[in-house]
Amino acid sequence: MEAIIKLEDIGLTFARDGQSTEVLRDFSLEVPAGRFVAIIGPSGVGKSTLLRVVAGLLPPTSGRVTIAAKRNGKGLPVAMVFQDARLLPWRKVASNVGFGLEHGHLSSAERHDKIEAALGLVGLAGYSTRYPHELSGGQRQRVALARALAVDPDILLMDEPFAALDAITREALQGELARVHAATGKTILFVTHSIDEAVFLADQVVAISGTPGRLAAAVPIAAVRPRKRDAAEIADLAGRLRVELLEPPAA
Amino acid sequence: MTRRRAVALAAFGFGVFLAIWELAPALGLVSASILPPPSVLPQAFLRELSSGVWLSAMLTSLSHYLAGLVIGCLLGVGLGIATGMSLTLDAALAWVIRVLRPIPGLAWVPFAILWFGIDATAAIFIIGVGVFWISYFAAHGAVRAVDRDLIELAEAFGFRRPDQKLVKVILPAAAPGILAGLRTALGQAWMAVVASEIFGVPGLGQRMMQAANLLASDIVVIYMATMAGLYGLFDSGFVALQSWLLRWKR
Repeated sequence: MEAIIKLEDIGLTFARDGQSTEVLRDFSLEVPAGRFVAIIGPSGVGKSTLLRVVAGLLPPTSGRVTIAAKRNGKGLPVAMVFQDARLLPWRKVASNVGFGLEHGHLSSAERHDKIEAALGLVGLAGYSTRYPHELSGGQRQRVALARALAVDPDILLMDEPFAALDAITREALQGELARVHAATGKTILFVTHSIDEAVFLADQVVAISGTPGRLAAAVPIAAVRPRKRDAAEIADLAGRLRVELLEPPAA
Repeated sequence: MTRRRAVALAAFGFGVFLAIWELAPALGLVSASILPPPSVLPQAFLRELSSGVWLSAMLTSLSHYLAGLVIGCLLGVGLGIATGMSLTLDAALAWVIRVLRPIPGLAWVPFAILWFGIDATAAIFIIGVGVFWISYFAAHGAVRAVDRDLIELAEAFGFRRPDQKLVKVILPAAAPGILAGLRTALGQAWMAVVASEIFGVPGLGQRMMQAANLLASDIVVIYMATMAGLYGLFDSGFVALQSWLLRWKR
């Protein structure tokens, strides 16, 4: 299958005040369209940096990024959800969701329809006229997800989007995301700390480790969807993944 | 404290202030020519009003005020945003600003007179210089303080040109800081109005000096009160505008 994201030998070194820090080395990954890939690894290993490279926010120091997203001239090929909802506090919910639609190629009626559709998808229909500070943390993160979905991207990049939420809200949003993925078929790169979250959501779990960060393992999760969080299969997969990641085979 | 009680107390305090002011000359503590009591002011005001002097002095000063304020603030906010966004421009202008910034606005009076003569332009120049720095530093600081994450957000959603980032994120995020600076400028500009007119440019300040030279201290108070009133008017108008623009704030 044709890869929608192709990372070839990505290396990234930050240089600041004469000091240089190598964050990523020789990182290669191919993601077929529609796949949900979870990226896990310890803090500071370059997971978020990798996402920014894919988003085009950071140019890699070496290697090549190829995004084969098909565009029809409307919307954006890639959209991002951050760990903090990162809503614009001066805009109401609808206007925040429509943020990425303000590139002048849509009529206001079209924009309105897309905003309403995206809000419906994340279960926030009727919240259009609220300000972000009137929402709960979970609702804010839903708005951020709606903002990313509204631009109808082929690829959704998510940087620990649920890490700051309480456990109950987190599980609810994981369920929503699984549903959105099934409904839209978007390709998703999802950075997380949580093995359970990765196994519950992803088709493939990619582990990064070391300094600089390198690809440590790429494990397919073949469990059928929709998944049950408490299914023995999921718990078993998470357990085996833990073993695999904590005791990497000697190189 | 309830709102009604606060208003009552404020009115009471103001009444006491007026009473002391009225009584001080009446009891012979000070001469009425040095401190005219408030009771003579309405009559003095009517005299100035009926001769037409008050209206023309007020309108003249107002035109200096508005022109100086608008020009100075536009340039100040514009340059502040530019150096706030561009590290290159900021570095290039660093020493220029360090040299020019400490010069008090009134120190420009000799040059204002040399360049523009004793004329409205000179007054506008002095007012403009005064508010320029206030609005410059407010805008510069506010733009610098904009959350980098919001700028990254703009980039992530395809707004990568500086003008797009400015409109989508930087300007609205910096608005509270810029507006606070403009409000300070609003008050500072009245000081510059008086200062520049005391040097002979027609307006409230000039009329005040004429009256003072004739020992018409009641007239002086009329013009002081006029400035206080105009400033209060502009400030409340601005505060209303500010809270409308920032209505998204809690």
